[in-house]
Amino acid sequence: MKIVIASGKGGTGKTTLATNLAYLLSQNCPVILSDLDVEEPNSGFFIKGKKIQEKQVFRMMPEWDREKCVLCGNCQRVCNFNAVIKLGEEVLVFNQLCHSCYACSELCPQNALPMKSYEVGKITEFEENNIHFVEGKLNVGEEQAVPLIKETIDFANNNFPSDILRIFDAPPGTSCPVIEATKDADYVILITEPTPFGLHDLTLAIEVMRELKKDFGVVINRYGIGNNDVIEYCKVERIPLLGKIPNMKKAAVAYAKGELLSEAIPEIRSAFNTIIQNLKVCEVFS
Amino acid sequence: MKEIVVISGKGGTGKTSITAAFAMLAGRNAVIADCDVDAADMHLLLQPDYARSEDFYSGFKAKIDQNLCIKCGKCKQVCRFDAVQKIDDSYNIINLDCEGCAYCAEICPVKAIQMVEQNVGKWYISQIKSEAQMVHARLGIGADNSGKLVAKVKKEAKNISQETGKDYILVDGSPGIGCPVVSSLSGANYVIVVTEPTLSGFHDMKRVFELIQNFKLPSGCIINKQDVNAEISEKIVEFCTTNKIDIISKLPYDETFSEAMTQGKTIIEFDEENLKNILKDSWSKILLLTDTH
Repeated sequence: MKIVIASGKGGTGKTTLATNLAYLLSQNCPVILSDLDVEEPNSGFFIKGKKIQEKQVFRMMPEWDREKCVLCGNCQRVCNFNAVIKLGEEVLVFNQLCHSCYACSELCPQNALPMKSYEVGKITEFEENNIHFVEGKLNVGEEQAVPLIKETIDFANNNFPSDILRIFDAPPGTSCPVIEATKDADYVILITEPTPFGLHDLTLAIEVMRELKKDFGVVINRYGIGNNDVIEYCKVERIPLLGKIPNMKKAAVAYAKGELLSEAIPEIRSAFNTIIQNLKVCEVFS
Repeated sequence: MKEIVVISGKGGTGKTSITAAFAMLAGRNAVIADCDVDAADMHLLLQPDYARSEDFYSGFKAKIDQNLCIKCGKCKQVCRFDAVQKIDDSYNIINLDCEGCAYCAEICPVKAIQMVEQNVGKWYISQIKSEAQMVHARLGIGADNSGKLVAKVKKEAKNISQETGKDYILVDGSPGIGCPVVSSLSGANYVIVVTEPTLSGFHDMKRVFELIQNFKLPSGCIINKQDVNAEISEKIVEFCTTNKIDIISKLPYDETFSEAMTQGKTIIEFDEENLKNILKDSWSKILLLTDTH
């Protein structure tokens, strides 16, 4: 079972929900928690554990070999991303534009653009009690998150027995990184806050989930601020509302220090337990 | 004309609420650009009139003409993205996985593969309630190329500001450090990072400042919800001082932001003095810093 925690809007509590669910569920069975918000991974502040291994992640990109090149310009012609440019007697490769499709390299008649590996980020595995935590972290300056998200999912899927529950903390937004993070999910939890921004971005995230034909439910964080529009919306759209996490300044204070809210604040712990109960009712897991 | 870009690293730090307040303070002297294209929210506070709208085409997806296809399977062999699927006897493109590289189209021996340009969203030029012009966009569901749409929004904002002789472009960027953020930063004269004193907020802002420093851009920091953790707040100040980042202002944890938002208002239009005064001072300071850098 793969559950992905996503949201349209950033800062609505994806990491809080992912880490607390992982922690509470791990009291009874092993859980794999994986942080796919590789641009800004934060789950590691709440789930620490012992470092088991660290793996560099590479992306393949062409490197120009001046000696072999006959300056035919075929590489520039076949590159659909303007990542390979012939400029006078030189061929320039722009790594940030390259999608690693291999076309320039494999179609070069002189083999003058061999693919070389470049580090784009790291995957680290930690272990704490019953939690295996897998974090992907993109190197600063690297623009494309998708290849690292893909590698992190593969790592979390392939390095542990398949029957263990997996919880993925997705990046915010609705574009390609979110698609990559959610496309293999069995169930998606969308977390939002009950404000106009929260509702607006929730509706975008729901459109994405419907497009991907995913089963999903909604959790409201900071319940008490804003208005009732998110609840009304879920009712009208017949979307399961899995739970409401109350708004409390002391939650913000505990979060700031890296404390798990379900440990620090009993009222919030019971809100997370309700979410777990509702996931069982929705037959997401037993 | 100077371009001021607001980003945050971490989401939910108050970036958009604060930028919208600055937009109201700037009045007709600035063009506003919402570059958080995959979760754009600023229109909810600034009430644009959507006077002009255009489709945005960017990137390609492969399409196999089944009548021409000889089922040789070469497309499937070369595709690095597993976007060619063989169902029964025919080859098909999975649109979600296709990156648009055109390698398959290039090597297809019977030219059965066309690259089709994608409509990935819409962009708009609007007048907002302050009577300023705003350029904003909506990325299509699940579309990629958000970086390119950001570039388009910024280019249009720049054109308008040149045509109408405005002094500033105010840009609301997206969270993270990836391609839409890099795209927002290009051409900036001054960058503001809105952060919060949480372990996550501090970690994320350090990464985003590293990115800003790669571009050698002058930058400043606004610490929102500063009383949530005095110790981390102090560390953020130290970090900024060491790295020559201007401290623009500190705002308290205040639910007035969400109250104003619920009424579709910026803090500037809301009956509240403390935040309003801090934001007014911040905006004057930002203009001064932008003009002197």
